[in-house]
Amino acid sequence: MKALYFAWVRERIGLAEEEIAPPGEVATVRQLIDWLSARGEGYAAAFANPATIRAAVDKSHAAPDAPIGAAREIAFFPPMTGG
Amino acid sequence: MTQRTAPSVRVQAEDFDPGREQALLTHGRRDIGALVSFVGLCRDEDGSLESLELEHYPGMAETEIGRVADQALDRWPLLGLAVIHRFGRIRVGERIVLVIAAARRRADAFAAAEFLMDYLKTRAPFWKKERRADGATGDWVEAKSEDESATERWG
Repeated sequence: MKALYFAWVRERIGLAEEEIAPPGEVATVRQLIDWLSARGEGYAAAFANPATIRAAVDKSHAAPDAPIGAAREIAFFPPMTGG
Repeated sequence: MTQRTAPSVRVQAEDFDPGREQALLTHGRRDIGALVSFVGLCRDEDGSLESLELEHYPGMAETEIGRVADQALDRWPLLGLAVIHRFGRIRVGERIVLVIAAARRRADAFAAAEFLMDYLKTRAPFWKKERRADGATGDWVEAKSEDESATERWG
């Protein structure tokens, strides 16, 4: 699946997007955050405070316990500041 | 009123002309009695801001604004609805966002426009980064808890 990062999540990880292949036991958004956090310093810094992370699965807002099984695209970003 | 209003949603880098958008929405209509138009501008808090860099999630931004627009159409009997949200570099004083709500009566148009803006602030995937007048890159604008509570009051 494709992972997308925006705003300071993107800056801390150092990538706007990448292809990821988490193992089968990574089933929810929260578990994917934990799995990504272990990939390196930038990831750990980006996801250090999960309360400040929002996620979207296939371009829809997704809660931490949302399943990611069939997702093609998962995005992580800070709380939005549009308008 | 049998046909449901289709909202117009645009996400673009270019500026827009609120007067032109209003004219488009009301052209040839005889049933609209109230038009509420809101324009959000890039504001300088303390004299040090040069511009904002608005990052967005292409695809999701349009979808999410469309979703909020559909919710507004479910809640109020609107005769027209247009939303434009810009991205990219926006200088102090420039327009960022436009919401136009048209209805028979003003109460519906006012309420729908305010609802749209409250939801855009907390649901539309945009992020603002400050660029300082001295050339330095500033911070990411932080989400405000009052924006979250403004959204929650709509239930």
